[in-house]
Amino acid sequence: MEKFDVIVAGAGLAGLAAAYTLAQEGLEVLVLERGDYAGAKNVTGGRLYLNPVRDLLPDLWKKAPLERFIAHEEVSLMARERSLTIRYSGGELAEEPYQSYSILRAKFDRWLAKQAERKGAMLVAKSRVDEVIMENGNIVGVRAAGDELRADVVIASDGVLSFVAEKAGLRKPGKAHDHAVGFKEIIELDPAVIEDRFNLEGEEGAARLFMGEVTRGKFGGGFLYTNKESISLGVVVGIKDLMEEKPAVNAPQLLDDFKARPEIARLIKGGQTVEYGAHAIPEGGYNAMGKLYGGGILVAGDAAGFSMNIGVTVRGMEYALASGYYAAQAVLQAKEKGDFSAAGLSVYEKILNDSFVLQDFKTFKHALTALENPRLFTVYPELAGNIMRDLYEVPDGPKKPLFRTVKQYLTLREMWGMAGDMRKVMKI
Amino acid sequence: MSEVMGLKTKLGLNVFKHNETAHIVIKPGMEKDPRLKRAILVCPAGLYSENAAGEVELTIDGCLECGTCRLACGIEVLDWNFPEGGTGVQFRFG
Repeated sequence: MEKFDVIVAGAGLAGLAAAYTLAQEGLEVLVLERGDYAGAKNVTGGRLYLNPVRDLLPDLWKKAPLERFIAHEEVSLMARERSLTIRYSGGELAEEPYQSYSILRAKFDRWLAKQAERKGAMLVAKSRVDEVIMENGNIVGVRAAGDELRADVVIASDGVLSFVAEKAGLRKPGKAHDHAVGFKEIIELDPAVIEDRFNLEGEEGAARLFMGEVTRGKFGGGFLYTNKESISLGVVVGIKDLMEEKPAVNAPQLLDDFKARPEIARLIKGGQTVEYGAHAIPEGGYNAMGKLYGGGILVAGDAAGFSMNIGVTVRGMEYALASGYYAAQAVLQAKEKGDFSAAGLSVYEKILNDSFVLQDFKTFKHALTALENPRLFTVYPELAGNIMRDLYEVPDGPKKPLFRTVKQYLTLREMWGMAGDMRKVMKI
Repeated sequence: MSEVMGLKTKLGLNVFKHNETAHIVIKPGMEKDPRLKRAILVCPAGLYSENAAGEVELTIDGCLECGTCRLACGIEVLDWNFPEGGTGVQFRFG
């Protein structure tokens, strides 16, 4: 029987960050990945924010296969027949070190796995973890493809459903309410066309979020990221909202309708769809998290629920990288004391509490409740669209004063509703 | 072209490695369970449908392994697992 210092279940960002860090410190690390290669089962929107993780993994970023740095942030309020788009371009977004990059996971994770292997980690692909091995209440290894593999610590970084954490008794099966589903197309386009259509210079990229009609008023939104030679275009919807029949609309239809919107159709015209991906996303935040550690086991990344939607930003990957890194630190401290019990590994939660990871989740623990307000996805996009329409309209007769034009939408009742919404949003 | 593309065609763009055994199975007797009907709406690959007898059917080919049906319907109605290592969808972009 083989024994390792650490077995990492799942070669995503959390698992690979842990493996990289541990291998660098000379530990024997085995990474088990069920896909043909690291990244084969992973999907992002997506964009990676580098600032929070830059210094944790300092040697990685110079050569990392990232797509475009995001120099332009756009948001569209999408009404049924019109939309209002705001584009933000700030000097700080165009200065190095860049804040965020668009990214494709199959490419990036494969590369990151190679870096971990270079440090000495062993990666076994096409290998699904089937069971955890428990002795005296502690996890001592896993069963994968018929093999029994043992380690001082197992890191459950097997994604949003985390069967490893579930089988270890650290979490229950996830609930619809605490998750969203994202689905997207990769649409290939000539880089020059991308730069032209999105007003980009060279390596610059644009990110755009859409709210309103794109999800038929359900909790969620559309997204668009420019990659080097493609566009990631997709929709994210809360699963609870999507499964309710108010209105009944199936997921694939949402994306097709989104693509057919004139605002979108002209951006992807002539493009070639080359892949269609989907993934569930944890959005329950702090209140939905399971246990982060147990005897012989740590949970990191999506498996721990480390993904967060606060409206203006939707983040997960840097929490995954950071929690993987901190899991490695926890293992190193436990090893020093020779204590891999739950008590020995509890240092993981302490480290996370002192880091941006759990601090962010505590700060934004009310974000989901505030954002679940259906008015944000129905009333406001229509309202914004209608006000813009009236402001820009030049009628064939006399035009009404501008203030009165706006004021007609802001009745006492509407203002009252807005104040209520505002109180909720102020909790974010 | 990216104009109008059927879901089957779209899924056909992905790389899939076939597996003889279905990794998600509707639990026997649960075909008409209302919880299962949610899968018809939420599955991004449109793999669930309702037949004339009012039973929900699942075609596993094209599964993106996103986990949404497990979260929406629950494990009382679905026997849900990931496909064996080295099979199922293999994203080239992700």
